[in-house]
Amino acid sequence: MTSEPKIELGRRYRFAASHRLHTSRLTEDENCRVYGKCNNPFGHGHNYMVEVSVSGKVDPATGMIANLADLDNFVHREVIDPFDHRYLNEEVAAFRETVPTTENLCVEIFERLKMFPHAKLERVRIEETGKNSFEYSGNDAVGDRELLNSEGNKP
Amino acid sequence: MIQLTRKIEFSASHFYHNPEFSPEENRHVFGKCNNPHGHGHNYSLEVTVAGEPDPATGMVLDLKELKEILEQEVMQRMDHRHLNYEVPELAGQIPTCENIARVIWNLLEPKITQGKLHRVRLYESADLFADCYRNGAKSA
Repeated sequence: MTSEPKIELGRRYRFAASHRLHTSRLTEDENCRVYGKCNNPFGHGHNYMVEVSVSGKVDPATGMIANLADLDNFVHREVIDPFDHRYLNEEVAAFRETVPTTENLCVEIFERLKMFPHAKLERVRIEETGKNSFEYSGNDAVGDRELLNSEGNKP
Repeated sequence: MIQLTRKIEFSASHFYHNPEFSPEENRHVFGKCNNPHGHGHNYSLEVTVAGEPDPATGMVLDLKELKEILEQEVMQRMDHRHLNYEVPELAGQIPTCENIARVIWNLLEPKITQGKLHRVRLYESADLFADCYRNGAKSA
């Protein structure tokens, strides 16, 4: 009896976007205190790195869990094209009502990618900068959270 | 439980071709990777072993020993080799990141006796990698 390993395919993508961390649940002073520099009303930007991990059976005919061209096209259509060189607060509908923290970005991107038809989405990990990274694996016991809007309610 | 990771790098060439596909299908499915002259990568391998440190040594396993296992099992088999022709464990398989990672897992797993192999991560490039974990389906 041998145990075959579980195999995941990981792929990294990049986009650059601006955002502002601000919530109408808090006063101006509180926003300033909680979000600090990130509350600057003019916004600021990051080079985001999005790491997407998918799992599934390795097709013996191709040696692949999923064809990279299919994965790349899907991620570009669902995430990179609508996010790259955008102001997230205004130009991505989900963030009109939701603070675009990287935690919330992980959830939004996971929700967009979980419909990938050729493999199971395991995880989305985002580096906002080289020093901060965030991961979300969907509605499991640990990560069972939904986007909260700026009023603190589920949209 | 402590996880310890050792990294090595090797360079190898490969190409993707399934003899059961037509030339058009091969080109369509594998794209540039179908070039029969092959191409190469600098692979980066991260091997993670999990276990409790031995109270006498403070180590999960002796890194020298892990280094030696990686040299024997991976470097000597794969470094500066053509993966399609020179690695018997890959014979009959397309040498994708997924398949190479699985071959490396199966080579290393029985050799690591102090601690347990937890993860094998093989980077084909900075933006593409495959992970193998222990909790796969059991097979006879």
